[in-house]
Amino acid sequence: MEYLRAFAVGGLICVLGQILLDKTKLTSARILVLFVVIGCILGGLGWYDRLIDFAGAGAAVPLPGFGNLLARGVKEDIDTMGAMGILTGGLKAGAAGIAAAIVSAFFMAMVFRPKEK
Amino acid sequence: MNNESYDDMVKKASPDSPLLKDCIRAFAVGGLICVIGQMLTNFALNYGLDERGAATFTSVTLIVAASLLTGMGLYSKIGKFAGAGSIVPITGFSNSVTSPAVEFKKEGYVLGLGSKIFIIAGPVILYGVLTSIIVGMVYYFAGR
Repeated sequence: MEYLRAFAVGGLICVLGQILLDKTKLTSARILVLFVVIGCILGGLGWYDRLIDFAGAGAAVPLPGFGNLLARGVKEDIDTMGAMGILTGGLKAGAAGIAAAIVSAFFMAMVFRPKEK
Repeated sequence: MNNESYDDMVKKASPDSPLLKDCIRAFAVGGLICVIGQMLTNFALNYGLDERGAATFTSVTLIVAASLLTGMGLYSKIGKFAGAGSIVPITGFSNSVTSPAVEFKKEGYVLGLGSKIFIIAGPVILYGVLTSIIVGMVYYFAGR
């Protein structure tokens, strides 16, 4: 059941992205930005965590889950250190993902050559 | 690679096929990536990581895997089939970082690889952090 819910919710979030891609002039880069921002707002409202409770990785793995992570981090840092947490929480919560993405990209660029299109 | 050419890449990946077919493919591949994520999460939980550790393990593993597939030139093949199913999961973010890194290394390590690596990730991080700060201000002044 857990896997089914992850599949269904994760798949549906991707379908939303596909509809935006096909039916609007939004570029994929804009969809990435939009989904992270939406996830962050829903996270701020506390709604996205409920979706994660229901769907697990189905909600955490798509990009709104990354936005939610930023919102959650901000709230936690505000709770522990006050106003400065407004600035620190977001990047701190996203740190692992961002660091993994850029460092991994660096090493892949060392190893691989661009493919012919 | 700028936004337009990244978009062209994706457009090429999904040549004007009907919406329904695109959606089914996006659903299947995006859903599958999330199922793999759930497996990774459960695996980490079984090995004694707490919920947060397991979530971090899951995203980092997916990010590195997608980065490797991008380097090998396989992620774009998945993207051709899956459209948004390969863009919307965190693996798509990783792809958007590795793809320009590999492509622009030839323009140098600083202004090539070093700056182009953020061509998509930069806006995502900027607007993500900006939104998180707004969320934080609302939470700090009104929400608690």
